[in-house]
Amino acid sequence: MPKLTLEELAKIREKTKRLTTIREGGEYRAKVCVHMGTCGIAAGARSIMNALMKELEERALGDVLLTNSGCAGLCSREPMATVEVAGQAPVKYVDLTEKKIKEIFEKHVLGGRIVTEYALGIGSEKTDF
Amino acid sequence: MNQGKVTEILTKYQADESALIAILQDIQEEYSYLPKSVLVQVSKELNVPLSRVLSLATFFKAFSLKPKGKHPVHVCLGTACHVRGAQRVLEKFERELGIKSGETSADQEFSLDAVRCVGCCGLAPVVQVGEEVHGKITQTKVAGVIKKYKQ
Amino acid sequence: MTEAAKEKAFRVHLMVCAGTGCVSNHSFEIKEALEKEIKKLGLDNEVLVVTTGCNGFCERGPLLVVQPGNIFYQQLTVKDVPHLVEEHLLKGRPVKKLMYTPPKEKTPIPVLSDIDFFRKQVLIALRNRGLIDPEKIDEYIARDGYVAMGKALTQMTPEKIIAEITISGLRGRGGAGFPTGLKWQMVRNAVSANGGAKYLICNGDEGDPGAFMDRSILEADPHSVIEGMLIGAKAVGATQGFVYVRNEYPLAIKRMTIALEQARAYGLLGQDILGTGFDFDIKIVRGAGAFVCGEETALIASVEGRLGEPRTRPPYPAQSGLWGQPTGINNVETWANVPSIIARGAKWYASIGTPTSKGTKVFSLVGKINNTGLVEVPMGITLREIIYDIGGGIPGGKAFKAVQTGGPSGGCIPKEQLDLPIDYESLTQAGSMMGSGGMVVMDEDTCMVDVARYFLSFTQDESCGKCTPCREGTKAMLDILTRITEGKGTEEDLSLLQDMALAVKDSALCGLGKTAPNPVLTTMRYFLNEYETHIRDKKCPAHVCRQLNVYTIDEERCLNKGKGCDLCRRNCASDAIQGAKNEAHRIDQSKCIKCGVCFDVCNFGAVKVD
Ligand SMILES: Cc1cc2nc3c(=O)[nH]c(=O)nc-3n(C[C@H](O)[C@H](O)[C@H](O)COP(=O)(O)O)c2cc1C
Ligand code: FES
Repeated sequence: MPKLTLEELAKIREKTKRLTTIREGGEYRAKVCVHMGTCGIAAGARSIMNALMKELEERALGDVLLTNSGCAGLCSREPMATVEVAGQAPVKYVDLTEKKIKEIFEKHVLGGRIVTEYALGIGSEKTDF
Repeated sequence: MNQGKVTEILTKYQADESALIAILQDIQEEYSYLPKSVLVQVSKELNVPLSRVLSLATFFKAFSLKPKGKHPVHVCLGTACHVRGAQRVLEKFERELGIKSGETSADQEFSLDAVRCVGCCGLAPVVQVGEEVHGKITQTKVAGVIKKYKQ
Repeated sequence: MTEAAKEKAFRVHLMVCAGTGCVSNHSFEIKEALEKEIKKLGLDNEVLVVTTGCNGFCERGPLLVVQPGNIFYQQLTVKDVPHLVEEHLLKGRPVKKLMYTPPKEKTPIPVLSDIDFFRKQVLIALRNRGLIDPEKIDEYIARDGYVAMGKALTQMTPEKIIAEITISGLRGRGGAGFPTGLKWQMVRNAVSANGGAKYLICNGDEGDPGAFMDRSILEADPHSVIEGMLIGAKAVGATQGFVYVRNEYPLAIKRMTIALEQARAYGLLGQDILGTGFDFDIKIVRGAGAFVCGEETALIASVEGRLGEPRTRPPYPAQSGLWGQPTGINNVETWANVPSIIARGAKWYASIGTPTSKGTKVFSLVGKINNTGLVEVPMGITLREIIYDIGGGIPGGKAFKAVQTGGPSGGCIPKEQLDLPIDYESLTQAGSMMGSGGMVVMDEDTCMVDVARYFLSFTQDESCGKCTPCREGTKAMLDILTRITEGKGTEEDLSLLQDMALAVKDSALCGLGKTAPNPVLTTMRYFLNEYETHIRDKKCPAHVCRQLNVYTIDEERCLNKGKGCDLCRRNCASDAIQGAKNEAHRIDQSKCIKCGVCFDVCNFGAVKVD
């Protein structure tokens, strides 16, 4: 290992920060819940989750909670995810692809604008937190 | 006594006499006490008087001139443990093990010592057996702790 | 973990406390169970388990904090793990029944920062607690670690660093509260002998029983100490540092050793640090178990491989310390504060605290209190806030009696002074002292004469024996106190005790002896009536002093409530209990050795003590 310079130290800091900001606590900006019932996983929910995790990492966000939930009961429209921006009603998105979830993340989770064309219903359920 | 082990320790510290305390610590760890013959060897090889080695060996609590048990039991008598009844826990150990604080059982399995604070005061009263810390120990739990270490 | 996995992002981090308290509550087993369950449910790509240093709320261990969200789980068992992982991590439903519910309340509090124990704390020295894995330097760096060092090495002159520390008002956290900036200035000004080196020492001997903040810092955030020392080294012109850690703290030694290796690998220790031409390295030294070695001159002697005996000062270590060279010695917590002061500025630090005592102090809250653990609070907070708001009051509905601060050098503060805003001066005025920050809470079941006797037996035991007042004086005081607790004390003993205490205070060589009488003097000042009861009535109101206790069994209660359960007889150490199952039991006073086992084991409250 070569000796670090101030710049290299800063690089390590930035890189690690991206991975650890989610520990900083504080209020959530938004919560995204991917439905991971057997049907959801079969339909590709894992890749949706992975795409979301990538967003978190790249943007170094510490205030977006990614969770799973069980089957949402609407197996034909999987993969599905629910986005709940703090202070707003949850929105359920259906028939997701990696591309769609990326768009939703950018527009809804970060920008606060619902992507109506992928949305199923608004305010249909409330989550615990 | 394995002379090689001692030579190894001395080599590690390059027979530096200012590392005498660290050397004794390693020996204590190796043998669970400071055997007389080893102290004589250390004094010779470092070329320091035996009296100086012995004065260190008796000053510091980490050193013992008698062998300790296979499972050294340390009952904390620090302040936090004291006000939560540690003295009675120590006495219960004495009765259960049939030895006094500072002694080692005849079968060399257990030795019992009172110590001052192992730094786990939040869980007082605390008993440390070997490296393992047991918290919130009462008289009624003593027999159970001992049983864990009896083969 | 492989390199690749280290770079990977996870959606959830499970922060498992691996401080000594939680480890003794089997937190490593919890960690393994978590990892196993996560793997089983196929979540190992998404969820990371991190072991952290002490979280502080030791009473409730083993602890787990789920991030993001700061969800606090407590008193976990391996059995709870499958349910927890499935509910919270797979289904997104936090598990209420594993959360913390304050005593006397019904609703659990999910979020750590909403819990009273944490809410009033201000974290500076403990800024990284629970947030990083202490064995990974990158995680320390990510929390702005080594930023302050970078600033000190590249943008600040030694004079500027010392000025910052002086203006911040930082005072030594090892006990005496000496201004840190002033000490550094002394080391800087001192001329080393024969052009030799100057040294820095981190005092991690932590001898005060009941205090464990230094252990916690060394275990949870060793790099904060290393960074503090690097800044100090630049300020005073030292080239070699030593971290002196008690032998009783193997985990602290291990984590510090790892931290030193990692810092060295990055070139943050060694030669030409950050390419600035500045050299500094640190060695670890294990203590060998002697309380007096916490005293700076004794500590220096033992680092040199000599007997750990104090010597008279001056000369101070700042002028002539290790191997006769100028040596700056500071406590672990003092060092851990330094990086924050340099990074955030002296003014910010000085805005916290009281006029004479700036910043925060870490206290270990132990003894007869609900929420035992480590707390960091701003100077000037009242004892009442610490004990009741943070500590949750006294368990079992008992009455508060006193709080002991300052370890064997300190004293007992009674309930009349609960509203005392604490800082160095106020505690000294109350007859106690800040000390290293142990706060032992005592309730109605604690005997203050016994506490005084306890501390005297401690100092007597730990006196190095070099000076007569300490060696003989503490012994004579201990004899008197023992007499009183055995019911053999006389009225004259009280004045004799007082005179001896004042004499030892004035004439002992080092701090150990000078302060040893404090526990006696404060308990006599605030709890004289307890001494008098022991002497006149031959009674110990708290039923602690064994010789004065009489154990009896309420036969009716024994028979009616306990159905003569026989537990006491089977546990009795001296065959003093008569009776058999389904019979009322009785104690033969002539055989009773007053061990109190019957009282402890009786589940029906039938054994009485008077
Ligand atoms: C008997 C005795 C024991 C001491 N024990 C400790 C100790 O365990 N840890 C500590 O940091 N300072 C201890 N001190 C204080 C040290 O002598 C010294 O003042 C301190 O390490 C300086 O650091 P600071 O200015 O950062 O507080 C002790 C002093 C005395 C008289
Ligand atoms: S007082 Fe017993 S562990 Fe600290």
